[in-house]
Amino acid sequence: MTTDTNPIAMAAITSVGAAGMPRHHFAIFAALFVFLIAAPFLLYPIFVMKVLCFALFACAFNLLLGYGGLLSFGHAAYFGMASYVSAHAAKVWGLTPELAIIAGTLVAAVLGLAIGSLAIRRHGIYFAMVTLAFAQMIYFFSLQAAFTGGEDGIQAVPRGHLFGLIDLRSSEVLYFFVLAIFFAGILLIYRIIHSPFGQVLKAIRENEPRAISLGYRVNRYKLAVFVLSATLAGVAGATKAIVFQLASLTDVYWTMSGEVVLMTLLGGMGTVFGPIVGAAVIVTMQNYLATFGDWVTIGQGIIFVVAVLLFREGIIGVLAKWIRKPL
Amino acid sequence: MFELLGIPPQVLFGQLLLGLINGSFYAVLSLGLAVIFGLLNIINFTHGAQYMLGAFGAWMLLNYLGVGYWWAVFIVPPIVGVTGIVLERVLIRRLYHLDHLYGLLLTFGLALIIVGFFRQFFGVSGLPYPPPPLLTGGHNLGFMYLPNSRAWVIVASLIVCLATWFIIEKTRLGAYLRAATENPVMVGAFGINVPLLVTLTYGFGVALAGFAGVLAAPIYAVNPNMGADLIIVVFAVVVIGGMGSILGSILTGFGLGLIEGLTRVFYPEGSAVVIFVIMALVLLVKPAGLFGRSV
Repeated sequence: MTTDTNPIAMAAITSVGAAGMPRHHFAIFAALFVFLIAAPFLLYPIFVMKVLCFALFACAFNLLLGYGGLLSFGHAAYFGMASYVSAHAAKVWGLTPELAIIAGTLVAAVLGLAIGSLAIRRHGIYFAMVTLAFAQMIYFFSLQAAFTGGEDGIQAVPRGHLFGLIDLRSSEVLYFFVLAIFFAGILLIYRIIHSPFGQVLKAIRENEPRAISLGYRVNRYKLAVFVLSATLAGVAGATKAIVFQLASLTDVYWTMSGEVVLMTLLGGMGTVFGPIVGAAVIVTMQNYLATFGDWVTIGQGIIFVVAVLLFREGIIGVLAKWIRKPL
Repeated sequence: MFELLGIPPQVLFGQLLLGLINGSFYAVLSLGLAVIFGLLNIINFTHGAQYMLGAFGAWMLLNYLGVGYWWAVFIVPPIVGVTGIVLERVLIRRLYHLDHLYGLLLTFGLALIIVGFFRQFFGVSGLPYPPPPLLTGGHNLGFMYLPNSRAWVIVASLIVCLATWFIIEKTRLGAYLRAATENPVMVGAFGINVPLLVTLTYGFGVALAGFAGVLAAPIYAVNPNMGADLIIVVFAVVVIGGMGSILGSILTGFGLGLIEGLTRVFYPEGSAVVIFVIMALVLLVKPAGLFGRSV
């Protein structure tokens, strides 16, 4: 699935600034950082943290879809399982929040390795169906397993003390912890995308047989990006469990997998900043339409249809075309 | 009475029968997906919603117009098929020149819209559909009790599956279809209206989903969410069988239903995931699927 419009021409007109990052990217990251520092004083912190968790989730997903060209329809498995493990670790094992998040992330990575190594045996549509089916298996496992609490989920997860020192019960303090995780996550994704590894991924996305003929072990690259994506989705899910003090079946269900696809599609597949915008739009919509029940589902379906038919570059993709610079 | 591995035969055969019924639905639904995929190269994510439409169609005919089950079996599938034809003509058609994954995303969005509307207006609690008098009783076969409604589902879906196989493999229309699957441009050059064939194929595949929905109405409660989880299992069935062969889809569907039934007897906790585990094994051993050609 390619969304870039003539990336070579775009790269040519892009000026490079500090740390090898194009100047306008650096400016956007800086502006985003300043905005997010100010955000908890302007907006409801819990809401912004929700956006940050989903934005990281969507960026992780976009690493796989936008740069690896692999449509996983089962990313809820990593997000949700990490959130269960992190909630369990914080509540039952009494781990500090950063250790609980690491535990959840590790489980997501292992799960990603197991499912990824099976799923990359098929291509295209089959890949999507295989990942969806495995995610449904994880959902049934979560429904039956004892530690997940079945329909109730894991409730009243303690936020705990960061490094055993800083009390996270205050949402303002927690916010800056979440912000640090979010920024570390998206900068890591940015680094992966712009590394030689990321360039090989794009080559595989554009023309797999040619990448094979050039001697790249395509399946290793695919598996690596799958595991990276699952791991970062796990970071997002584990953090969400600490923020909301809750891990539930919603996070592992296929609707969640669909939502992250929608966020990425709406924001712009294969763009750095698109998934963040997509996540912000979708979470805001869910927040304000929450009282309208199933109209949220209908609205999401309509956005899907419109985005696929008329708007395949996504919001940021259109913007990038407009200013003739990659975003 | 004899016992098998400590399981009373009534339980064993009862679960096998339930498995066969699930298998009937897997077979009819995966057949529809395979027919659509063959010609359109898209995975029809709306299939579960269209199955639900079939069940609601039967329910609406009964409750709004007083039209009974036996008429619904013949009336509803063509109606659901026509709604599919409209979707294909208006929306899905616009994506054929793009990556096939966009077709998956579009049909996923359509499924959300359809299911969302039905949830909004009919709730999620499920509506009862009384079975017609002919299907209420049952027969005692000696080793087990066979309810008529269940026997009918198995027989009806077998008939529909075999009829589909006959149409596709043995008739002139089916020959056009298979030829267009192999090489649509060449078939078009011979003067066959391929776009029309594509539309009709989609309508037919969707009608199969609607038919499965009508069959499901008296057995399961009519519920907007009835198709959502089922379709994911059917995706796994399709991955296991591969979409290369019509008979392969039918065999895989019924076979996996039986295996699921057996699992429910011997290891009930595993019955929800057994098909996914089999999918993992098949991906390890024969990634193209049991009856598939490698893609």
